Amino acid sequence: MNAIEVTELSKQWGQTKAVNGISFNIEEGEVFGFLGPNGAGKTTTIKMLVGLAKPTGGTAKVAGYDVVEKPRMVKKHIGVVPEQSNLYDELTVYENLRFVSKLYHIPSTKIDQRINELLETFKLKEYTARRFRKLSKGLKRRTVLAAALLHEPEIVFMDEPTSGLDVLSARRLRDLISGLADSGVTIFLTTHYIEEAGQLCDRIALLVRGDIVELDTPEALRSHVQDTPIIEISYNGEELTPDDLQTIKATDIKVNRNKLSIRTENIDRALSEFIKIAEEKGAKIQDVQTVKPGLEDAFIQLTGLSLDHMEREKEGKR
Amino acid sequence: MSLREELGGITAIIEKDLKAYYFKPPNISWGILFPIVLALSFSLRNPEGLTDLAPGLISMATLFGTTSMEAIVITFEKRVGALERLQLAPISLTSILVGKILGGTIFGLVISIVMTLLATLFLGAEVTSLSMFIVVLILTAVAHSALGAVVAVSVKEVFEAQTLSNYFRFPMIFLCGIFLPLAKMPTLLQYLARLLPLTYSVEALRACMTATSDNILADTVILTGFCVLLVYLSVALFRRNQES
Ligand SMILES: Nc1ncnc2c1ncn2[C@@H]1O[C@H](COP(=O)(O)OP(=O)(O)OP(=O)(O)O)[C@@H](O)[C@H]1O
Ligand SMILES: [Mg+2]
Repeated sequence: MNAIEVTELSKQWGQTKAVNGISFNIEEGEVFGFLGPNGAGKTTTIKMLVGLAKPTGGTAKVAGYDVVEKPRMVKKHIGVVPEQSNLYDELTVYENLRFVSKLYHIPSTKIDQRINELLETFKLKEYTARRFRKLSKGLKRRTVLAAALLHEPEIVFMDEPTSGLDVLSARRLRDLISGLADSGVTIFLTTHYIEEAGQLCDRIALLVRGDIVELDTPEALRSHVQDTPIIEISYNGEELTPDDLQTIKATDIKVNRNKLSIRTENIDRALSEFIKIAEEKGAKIQDVQTVKPGLEDAFIQLTGLSLDHMEREKEGKR
Repeated sequence: MSLREELGGITAIIEKDLKAYYFKPPNISWGILFPIVLALSFSLRNPEGLTDLAPGLISMATLFGTTSMEAIVITFEKRVGALERLQLAPISLTSILVGKILGGTIFGLVISIVMTLLATLFLGAEVTSLSMFIVVLILTAVAHSALGAVVAVSVKEVFEAQTLSNYFRFPMIFLCGIFLPLAKMPTLLQYLARLLPLTYSVEALRACMTATSDNILADTVILTGFCVLLVYLSVALFRRNQES
């Protein structure tokens, strides 16, 4: 059975078209990644699937229930880790988890046992009595994730679970997410981080301006760009400008100080062109490498967006 | 939907709101200090008529206590995304708001009971009909907590909730018979006063604090009507604002 079935789902906020009729199915136990730049419609999609926003078109079923007709049944079967860590600052970790347990009608005799299990799994034991406000970002995220799992949901939605975390905390959280996936829980997560999606997800949907432009396994997405390799050249001497490099035939050229990356079908021709230019400009080649394009390149190629651009927007938003 | 689940959700919300927010600054300043300061300043200027003032002061304290609490439990939570967490739980929107309103009610009741004690100890006021007094106090707290909720669901920021509340609260102090008996006001203002729940609270509390018991029944029925209407309105407004 499919855990999530989405058909022609759309959402328009006033004049803004956030999601334009997307369709996909997620199997039980699958880890499904929604990858896209700012404003692509990731959060809006999650909001529709968890019953926080009404779709303006199409239908969606979660855990077998229509999200508009049976939101309450949907809510019983899902856990949600929202974009903002929204537990209660003034309550302790334990009090927060206890409150959430009650909201989900966990029998009071079982609450403490369940909380203890999760504190254990998430290595939160020593913070039980600490106020939520005083936790680090990483611990907050972990607590929020624990809170989403109290009622043992079979489907978990996570909106950018690792955003804003340092490398180590992010890795810890990813390990926990992997563990959760291994236990058979279906996971729908959104992220900006291409490599993260590649590590965690069975399948990835690329969302750009409300449309799914690509939906495949990470390996397949990588192989899309495999046939156009990249050569990276380091050189000494004066920096070359894009103007200098005009004669090189390539799908994409990036200049970064004294390093050049050229994506091209024909490595030989590009290289000999470059050698000519280098001689003219007095540049000395230091190193040449061919690089297998990664997911990041696949993403850029498929979405037509540059990563810098995304990062910048994200920063600006914060 | 099961009633037991809804009730469980409501009590959890009340308990959590009281635990998390009763010491928040707006509650202290608008809910507790302001009514007391106002009472003190009047007692300094007019030490004689104080016993008469007691019902008004008590209902005013309830008004300020409940409405400031709602601004926090609803507007503040909406702002930080915590309200969304409640909406994700398998309980109805009505239960969420009822929980919020009852939390404010309890906060308002605590303040009004403190005010009552102060009034009986220091102002020479007396409660002649305790059971009715309690009923009216509860209805007053529910109605004004729901009024606070109506304001709180309609705005985005906590200070907006406080400002918008003040548009109601300050005129109410002067319109609802706290300092000036209704009968002594121009007819037009009397009509206006009759549209406000606080008028009935003051009238009923006054009756419970003197030997007279006129209008008490009518007042409680009308207050109950306000409770139902305002709770309903807060849910409807919340739903509407969310859709847009
Ligand atoms: N509540 C709302 N009201 C109006 N417009 C909204 C609302 N939520 C989102 N939008 C708009 O819908 C579009 C999609 O936003 P959404 O938050 O779904 O993107 P996202 O992919 O989650 O982006 P991010 O990576 O920044 O979280 C944006 O143009 C946004 O401005
Ligand atoms: Mg988002």
